[in-house]
Amino acid sequence: MSGALLSVENAVVDLPTPRGNLRAVDHVDLTVGAGKTLGIVGESGCGKTMLSRAVLQLLPKKAKLSGRVMFDGQDLTTLPAEKLRKLRGRSLAVVFQDPMTSLNPVLTIGTQLIETIQEHLELDLAQARQRSIELLTAVGIPAPEQRLTQYPHQLSGGMRQRVAIAVALSCEPKLLIADEPTTALDVTIQAQILDLLAREQQRRHMAMIIITHDLGVVAGRTDEVAVMYAGRVVERAPTPALFKQMRMPYTEALLAALPKLDVPPHTPLPAISGRPPDPTRPLKGCSFSPRCRYSAGRCSTEKPRLSPAETLEHLYACFHPIAAGGRA
Amino acid sequence: MLFFVARRLLYLVPVLIAVSVLTFVIASLLPGDLAYVILGDQATPENVAALRHDLGLDQPIWLRYLSWLWHILQGDFGRSFRTGQTVWQAVSERVPVSFELMILAELIGLAIGVPLAIACAAKAGSAFDRFMTGSAFGMLSVPTFLSAILLIYLFAVELRMLPATGYVPFTEDPVANLRFMVLPALTLGLAEWPGIMRVLRSDMIAALQEDYIALAKAKGLKPSRILFVHALKPSSLTLVTITGINIGRLIGGAVIVESIFALPGIGRLLVGAIYTRDLIILQGVVLLVAAGFVIMNFIVDLLYAVLDPRIRHGHA
Repeated sequence: MSGALLSVENAVVDLPTPRGNLRAVDHVDLTVGAGKTLGIVGESGCGKTMLSRAVLQLLPKKAKLSGRVMFDGQDLTTLPAEKLRKLRGRSLAVVFQDPMTSLNPVLTIGTQLIETIQEHLELDLAQARQRSIELLTAVGIPAPEQRLTQYPHQLSGGMRQRVAIAVALSCEPKLLIADEPTTALDVTIQAQILDLLAREQQRRHMAMIIITHDLGVVAGRTDEVAVMYAGRVVERAPTPALFKQMRMPYTEALLAALPKLDVPPHTPLPAISGRPPDPTRPLKGCSFSPRCRYSAGRCSTEKPRLSPAETLEHLYACFHPIAAGGRA
Repeated sequence: MLFFVARRLLYLVPVLIAVSVLTFVIASLLPGDLAYVILGDQATPENVAALRHDLGLDQPIWLRYLSWLWHILQGDFGRSFRTGQTVWQAVSERVPVSFELMILAELIGLAIGVPLAIACAAKAGSAFDRFMTGSAFGMLSVPTFLSAILLIYLFAVELRMLPATGYVPFTEDPVANLRFMVLPALTLGLAEWPGIMRVLRSDMIAALQEDYIALAKAKGLKPSRILFVHALKPSSLTLVTITGINIGRLIGGAVIVESIFALPGIGRLLVGAIYTRDLIILQGVVLLVAAGFVIMNFIVDLLYAVLDPRIRHGHA
C-alpha cells in the first residue's frame, strides 16, 4: 500500500534474556492510512506494546529490531537521531498506559505541555501558554488556567490521562499511538477517555492506533483491527468484517472472554484455558494450537500463514478457520 | 508551605533539647575533676572544695544542667578558664575559617561529582562509566591525610604554586586567603565527590528508566533537556541529603585537614579544648556545632519541598 501513513514491514523484535532470546514481535506487517484508526488487540505479553515501541523507536537498549517502519515516507529504523527527535511529538505522538507514571512528578502540567509545544512549533511563551489552555479545554479539563501551575499528583488518574492526551495532541500529530490508554483507569472513566480520543481523532483528521486487550474497546471505534498472539498478527480485518465473521479461533476466544452483563449470577467467566506459549521457546506449529479447541493435524507441526479470506482485506492465520455461518 | 515550615521548625525544639542534654552529660562524664584540672596537682583539698563550690560542681548534675541551659538561653555560653575568652568569642573567631573551607570543599565536590554522575548515568554501563565508578571507589578509600600530603608535595613543594600552611582572613587579603584555602579545600573536595557521584549516578539511572522519561523522548525533547530537567530534578533528593550531611559534618571543622594546613578553624579549637580539658569551651562548641548541624538538616528538609512538590503538598 503506497498511500499508507505508517507501514510496518516484516518487523521482528528480539530481546536477549537470561533464558535465551525472546522474540517479542515476529514478522509483523501492518499499515495505517492517513486519518484511519487501527486497533491492535491481544492479551498481556503478546507483543503489542513492543510493536508500538518499535514504531516509536523507543525499544529497550538491548532489543534488536529488524524490518522496516515506514512513516510519512521515511524509514524510522534508519532515521538519524536528530531527525527522529523532530518527528516525535510533532507528527508522531503517544499516550502511555499509566498516567500515574507517564507524567513527570516534579514538573508542572504547564511546563510539560509548553515544553512540547515550544520544542516543535515556533511560538513564544505567551502563545504556547495560550495553546496549552486551549488543549486542556479541548480534552475536557475544567479551570485549565489553574491546572497549568499544578503538579500531576494534584490531579485524578482520569484527569492526568486527559493531560497526557493534551500533550500528545499539542502539535497536531499525523499519528497518535494510544497504548492501553484506559487500562489503568476506573471503568467509569474509560468510556470518557476513549470517546475523547475518538472525537479528537475525527476532528483533527489524524491516524490513530489503539492498543488494547479488550475487543470491546476497538469494536465501534476503529476502521481496522489486528489481533496479535505470541508476537504475530493472527487475524486482521476491517472492523465490521471482523465482528461479522471472525475466522481465527483465538479472536473468537478473546471475544468470548469478555464479561457479559446478561448472564445469570455466578456463571463462571469463559476464560481462555491455558497460558500463552513461552516466548523464549518458540513452537513449531501454530502458537495458539495448545490452547485451541479446534486444534488438529498439522496445527502442531506447521505454522499457518496469514492468508486472505473472502476479501483481500480480511487476513487470518489458521488451518481450521471458523467457517462463514457457523462451524462446518 | 508556611505550615510545612512551621511544623519542621517545631520539630527542632525537642532535637535541640536532646542535643544539649547529651552534650552536657558526656562532658560531665569525662574522667577527672575540673577543679583539679584548674588548680593543678599541688592543690589542697580545701582549695579544691572551695573552687568546686564556686563552680557549682558540688550540686547535683540536673541542677548544673539547668543552670547551664539558663545561661545559654540568655546568650551566655560561659568562658574558658584558661584563656578567659568566652565561648562565643572563640567560636566567632573560628567559624569563618571552617565555614569558608566547608563551602569551598563542597563546591569542589559538587563541581566534580555532579557532571561525572550525569555523564555516567547517560552512558550507564559504558567503558567511561565503569572507569569513573571504579575511580570513585578508589578515591573513597584514600584518607584525607594522604591526599593532603600528596597535594602539598605536588603544588607546594614541586610546583611551588601554593603555600602549604597558614591563613590570612578573607577580609584582610582575599587573594592570599584563597591561595591558603585552595589546597585544604581541594583535599576535602576530593574526598567528597565520590559519594556525591555514586549517589546521584544511581538515582539518575533509576529515573532514566521511568515512564516519564520515555514520554519525554516520545515528545521529541532535546537529550540535554531530558537529562538536566526531566531526570536530574527528580533524582536530586538524595544528593541534597548527602550534601546537607557533608556540610553539617564540616561545620564541626575538619580536624585533620585543619591541623595539616594549620588553619585556625573550629576543628582545631575542639581538639585543643579536649587536650586541655577546657570543658566549658568543649560543651559550648559542641552544642553550637550540633545546632548548626540540625539547622542544616532543616534547610535540607525545606529544599526537599522545593524540589518535590509531592512533599510540599504532604503526599509523600
